[in-house]
Amino acid sequence: MPLMSRAALLVLADGRFPAGGHAHSGGAEAAVKAGRVTDAATLERFCRGRLHTTGLVAASLAAAAVLGLAADELDAAADARTPSPALRTTARRLGRQLVRAARATWPSPELDALAKAFPKGAHQPVVLGLTARAAGLEPLDAAYCALYESVSGPATATVRLLSLDPFDATGVLARLAPELDRVADRAVEAARRALTEGVDDLPAASAPLLEIGAQAHAAWPVRLFAS
Amino acid sequence: MDGVTAAGVTARARIEARADGRGGTALPVLEGGGPLAPRRTRAHGTEARVLLVGAMSGPLGGDRFAVEARVGEGARLHLGSAAATLALPGQAKGEARYDVRIDVAAGGELHWLPEQLISARGSDLHVTTRAELAPGARLLLREEQVLGRAGEEPGRLTSRLTVRLGGAPLLDQELSCGPGAPGGWDGPAVLGGHRAVGQLVLVAPGSPANPAEARMLGEGTALMPLAGRAVLVSAVAPDALALRRRLDEALALLTADRK
Repeated sequence: MPLMSRAALLVLADGRFPAGGHAHSGGAEAAVKAGRVTDAATLERFCRGRLHTTGLVAASLAAAAVLGLAADELDAAADARTPSPALRTTARRLGRQLVRAARATWPSPELDALAKAFPKGAHQPVVLGLTARAAGLEPLDAAYCALYESVSGPATATVRLLSLDPFDATGVLARLAPELDRVADRAVEAARRALTEGVDDLPAASAPLLEIGAQAHAAWPVRLFAS
Repeated sequence: MDGVTAAGVTARARIEARADGRGGTALPVLEGGGPLAPRRTRAHGTEARVLLVGAMSGPLGGDRFAVEARVGEGARLHLGSAAATLALPGQAKGEARYDVRIDVAAGGELHWLPEQLISARGSDLHVTTRAELAPGARLLLREEQVLGRAGEEPGRLTSRLTVRLGGAPLLDQELSCGPGAPGGWDGPAVLGGHRAVGQLVLVAPGSPANPAEARMLGEGTALMPLAGRAVLVSAVAPDALALRRRLDEALALLTADRK
């Protein structure tokens, strides 16, 4: 493993890192259409819900991958925690895009093996964890990256969907920061516990409206975002 | 097995179903009592039917309830409950637990269709439902959570549903809601003000070659094929009645699909 470089985290977490995340709203487009997200306050509640459910699950999977838990077991755990086929497809597509960018950025035999084992893409958080590992980052770094993605995607998308003031959207992210710190710690604790208890022990927090909304969204003929 | 201590009530029901060798299903184990008494009801064809009858209310704070159901090769068991389960605050401090363990062998079939779980104000209940299915086992499972009685704030409820098939995870979902639950549980990503939430899981290895297609079954209800020969119907609704209507419609559709 390369030597730890904290700056690698900035490269990986940068919204301009070419991994395709910008095309996805994290369920915000469906929630806006359904009238559940209408302003900065409802966006904040939306993001807070994501943080503690799919965010926590993604962060613990990513942290577990950094710790070296088997990628195929983590991928199966991600499948079981993602009942929506639309969201499973999205997670694998994003995983495939990330593994391509990651192999070019931080070449590693583990990423090569992952790309070979999952030609259609592994779940994005698993790829994120192995990418962080290849970049010499730590489980906590991967957890932060997954959690920040889980809220920054919907916040950015909502700026476009609702013409929300970008300052308001950034304010939402800043207000969530202390909670994000706590969830990141929880995710790493869970990942460490999985080393002894097994992958089944990882968090499985679910968000029914995200799953149901993703299925409704996938059936629309015209969409601004892919998910 | 059953008892009342200062900490709360401990109750366990155990049901074991086995093929009786004459095309029917025998119940060599049928144990329980108090709040979880299993009663055999009239068989339905080759299927044995059991109803859990509660002689007490609860679970209350500190109580420990457990249901274990094992279905052997070729046996068919339909397990329901006579009434809704009402989680209430208790004298004893601390959360109540309700753990369901399901084990279905190859060629066995279990329908676990209990009535709703209602989380009353001030209650604190942790539910786990864990199903271990052998390859070739069939399962139909329904769970419904209702947040508060009519017009009432809910208690604290955490419910995890894990289904494993042939030793591999098929479905793993946990929902936490009520006062003290992680933030955003009632927000637009999770429940969005809905007061009833439910799931229907169907694992049916013998179903037609073309798997069920993902589709919306009306507002707040989605049919989702899982990885493997299984489907999940996930639904949110304003109240228990509307939720049951949605899940009943989905169930009729799923069972029609299989014919």
